[in-house]
Amino acid sequence: MPEMPTPSQTVGPFFHIGLPDISPELVSPDDPDAIRIVGTVFDGEGEPVVDAMIELWQANRAGRYAHPEDTREELPLEDGFDGFGRSGTDSEGGFEFTTVKPGVVPGPGGVPQAPHIDVSIFARGVLKRIATRIYFPDEADANAADPVLTSIEDPEERATLVAVEDDGALRFDIRLQGDRQTAFLAV
Amino acid sequence: MAEQVTGAGEVVGYRHDDEQVDPPLLSPGYVATETRAPKRPLIPIAHTLSEVTGPVYGHDRIGELDHDLTRQHAGEPLGERIILHGRVLDGDGRPVRDTLIELWQANSAGRYAHQVDDHPAPMDPNFTGAGRAVTDSEGRYRFVTIKPGAYPWRNHENAWRAAHIHISLFGTAFATRLVTQMYFPGDPLFYQDPIFNAVRGERDRERMISRFDLDETVPEWALAYNFDIVLRGREATPPDIH
Repeated sequence: MPEMPTPSQTVGPFFHIGLPDISPELVSPDDPDAIRIVGTVFDGEGEPVVDAMIELWQANRAGRYAHPEDTREELPLEDGFDGFGRSGTDSEGGFEFTTVKPGVVPGPGGVPQAPHIDVSIFARGVLKRIATRIYFPDEADANAADPVLTSIEDPEERATLVAVEDDGALRFDIRLQGDRQTAFLAV
Repeated sequence: MAEQVTGAGEVVGYRHDDEQVDPPLLSPGYVATETRAPKRPLIPIAHTLSEVTGPVYGHDRIGELDHDLTRQHAGEPLGERIILHGRVLDGDGRPVRDTLIELWQANSAGRYAHQVDDHPAPMDPNFTGAGRAVTDSEGRYRFVTIKPGAYPWRNHENAWRAAHIHISLFGTAFATRLVTQMYFPGDPLFYQDPIFNAVRGERDRERMISRFDLDETVPEWALAYNFDIVLRGREATPPDIH
C-alpha cells in the first residue's frame, strides 16, 4: 500500500543555522585532478540570489558512486571521496566547489551518459528542490550523445547545462527565470 | 519502468513528483516565488544510477548531543520543552534506516539565531536552534528541543508564519531529497500562511502537521509531538540494499 509523501517546503532564509556548508571541497585543492566549479545564482530580474543553497552529487573519477546501489565493484571507490558537496551562496550570489570531473556512468539501456554532476538548488522563495546537471565543455562528443542533453530540443537551452571555461575554473551560472533560464529537470 | 544499465544491474526509478502533493514552484500568495520560480517546464528524465544513488551520511557524523537542542550551551533555553519523535518511511511504508535528519528553527520568542533575522524579539544565548540525528534500524528518530514561536514576515500586510521546524532529509537517493517544515496541531495562523497553503491538498497539508503525543511526554519534564516523514517511493520493488 503506497504511502503518500510528505510535501516539500522552502528552506527559507535561515537555513545556514541547520545546513552548514558540509563540503564545498569534495577533494583537496592539492589533488592533481582538482577542478573548481564557480557560479552565480540569478533571479528573474537578474539580481543575484544571496540566500540560495547548492548541493552537488557525483560519481568519482572512475565513474563509481559511493552508494550501495552502485554495485560495479570492478570500478574503485576512493577513500575520503563521498561525492557530495554543499555550499550556500555568498553576498553576491556566488558559490564555489572544488571537485574532480566524474567518470562515465551508464544511462538508460546501458547507453553511456556524458560525465555530469547532479545539482540541487534550494532558496527562500523556492518551494521544492530544483534539480539540474552540470556537464563539461571538453566532452563535446559525449555531450552530443548524452540521453538527457539530447532530449532538450532548443540548443540554447541545452547549452545552459554545459559549464564554460573561465580563467582556470569552470563557470556554471544558474538563472532561475528569464530568456536564458537554466534547463531544470523533473527528477 | 526499470532500465537496463550495463554492469550495474537494473535501475529501478523512484516515482516522479506528479505535481499533486508538492507545492507548485510558482505560488502567487508567496511573493518571493514570483521572481524565483522557473517559468519553463521542467524537463522529464528517466532515473539513472545518478538519481537512484545519493549521499550516505551515517552515525559516524553525529555528535552525542546533536539531537538535543536544549543541551548545546551552558544554560537551558527558555520556552516550552518538547520531544519531537517519529519515523522516516519510504513510499511503501518501510523504514528508512540510518539516514541523516537535519533541522533548524526559531527560538521560543520566534527569532532565529541568524544575522539576517531582524525581528525585534529577544535572542536566547542558550539556543542555537540546529539539530541532527540519524534514524535507527526501524527508521526512528528523536529530538529534544523547545517549541518555536511564531514570527512576522513581510510577505503581505500583517503576515505571520505559523510556528514550524525546518526538516531536511536525504533518504536513499538523489531522487528522495526532501526539505520540509513541520507544524503544530491547531495553529491559528495556518489560514493566512501562504507557505503552508502553497500545498494545495488539505490532506497533503495535514501530513505536515505533527500530532500531540501524550504517551511520549515525560511527566514533570516535557510534552511530546509525533511526526512521521514519508519519502518518495519506487516504481517497483527495488533490490534489497540493506
